[in-house]
Amino acid sequence: MLQPDSANGFVTLDGVSHVYGGTGGTLAVEGLSINVSRGEFAAVVGPSGCGKSTLMKLATGLQFPFKGAVRVAGEVVSKPVKIAGMAFQAPTLLPWRTTLENLLLPLEIVEPHRSRIRRHKAEYVERAENLLASVGLRGQGSKYPWELSGGMQQRTSLCRALIHEPDLLMLDEPFGALDAFTREELWCVIRDLHAARKITIVLVTHDLREAVFLADRIFVMSARPGRIVSERVVDIPRPRDLEVTFTPQFTGIVHELREHIVKARQ
Amino acid sequence: MKTTLAIRLAPWLATVALFIVWEAACRIFNIPVFFLPPPSLVFKAVIEFWPALYKHSLFTLSSTLVGFAMAVGFGLLLGLAVGWSRAIYAGVYPLMIGFNAIPKVAVVPILVLWFGIGFVPAVLTAFLISFFPIVVNVATGLATIEPELEDVLKALGASKLDIMRKVGIPRALPYFFGSLKVAITLAFVGAVISESVASNVGIGNLMLQAQAQFQVPLIFAGLLALAVEGIVMYALMAMLEARMTGWAQRSGFAQG
Repeated sequence: MLQPDSANGFVTLDGVSHVYGGTGGTLAVEGLSINVSRGEFAAVVGPSGCGKSTLMKLATGLQFPFKGAVRVAGEVVSKPVKIAGMAFQAPTLLPWRTTLENLLLPLEIVEPHRSRIRRHKAEYVERAENLLASVGLRGQGSKYPWELSGGMQQRTSLCRALIHEPDLLMLDEPFGALDAFTREELWCVIRDLHAARKITIVLVTHDLREAVFLADRIFVMSARPGRIVSERVVDIPRPRDLEVTFTPQFTGIVHELREHIVKARQ
Repeated sequence: MKTTLAIRLAPWLATVALFIVWEAACRIFNIPVFFLPPPSLVFKAVIEFWPALYKHSLFTLSSTLVGFAMAVGFGLLLGLAVGWSRAIYAGVYPLMIGFNAIPKVAVVPILVLWFGIGFVPAVLTAFLISFFPIVVNVATGLATIEPELEDVLKALGASKLDIMRKVGIPRALPYFFGSLKVAITLAFVGAVISESVASNVGIGNLMLQAQAQFQVPLIFAGLLALAVEGIVMYALMAMLEARMTGWAQRSGFAQG
């Protein structure tokens, strides 16, 4: 069982405050502390505009806090965290590249792949094809993104976040734009990826059922300026099946979180 | 297949219809030739003055193309620079808008002062009038990169140049090729303006001379030559656009 451990946390935010637009701007987060262990699946829920996306940017080194410290894999974040992969609500695939070429994009950026990819193209293409197969897109690599459905585009976007085999996966409402059935399908895709790769995942979402189904631990954020008002360990045993979402234990946790959110919005 | 045939024939039918209406109007309303010559007389003038028309058309075409090529090179570079940095954008944009607002016919006398009459002012007028849409379009293409995608790449340690090469420039290409269609037509206008004011050759000059000698059918023959050249150049740019950026043109809108 994974236990929170502030000394050995994989992603830790310690008393972090962040302001957009320099001093005098509005506080996005204030006194935010989070601790995610290696291999853990953490979810962050909260009312809209609570600074969830700020959390994403802080943890990946796209923004730096003006107070407090952010550590990833034991190091203070002072530049972009290259061991992280990101996926968002919009799949943001490049329309002039095929699905496979879209997957190769991060490898053309990040070292050591960047300097290898020209000479070892076949090896990377194989890796991308295997990854596509693992999310149910076998043989779809030669299609252009606009030839894929919304759910398939989002699967591709997940693959792009995983192609350089990051230790940390940051997901910002990745299923928000999908219909209910496709969304649940993708929950299972992400669940299986987590189980197979032992990767640390931080999922930002406003869907409480999604958070409870996927996460080991859930952080509830307050309204802006965001900080953690509650932390809940989800003790539903893995592997979890979609059926689990109909059990009293599951709905109990969802209700409990909901009350926190209602309070947080006031 | 029936619809595609209709669509293929449509431009030719519309052109022929225009000439028929024009010819008919001239005959029915008995319009004097020196006011509006019927197309039959205009075509006769085309055949009669073919060597002159050909020579002057080639001149106009060459000054247009040289000016256009300069506009493509300069417009592309400036567009990339403006899209690259907010500071360059803030500094250069107001100047460009001001410059673009100046009617280019007002610049020709200055060009004549500097370079004399003929080829050089025609090329420069074509250049000055046509680079603006290229700059604006390239800069717009660069400005519309999705911020999320930028985040994904920045988090991987991508430099600004990486993002520009992998995302910005391919994204700006449809805008760029789209702007060429506008720019080539404008370059043509610029060349003709300069020729009518300050040149001894070119279609613009030919029409001015025809006007002085009251050869009204020849004036219209000159217009016809301009229109044909304009259509051919536009079509070439449209073909280039379709070839280079097919991925951006998949909409079925207006195909029915």
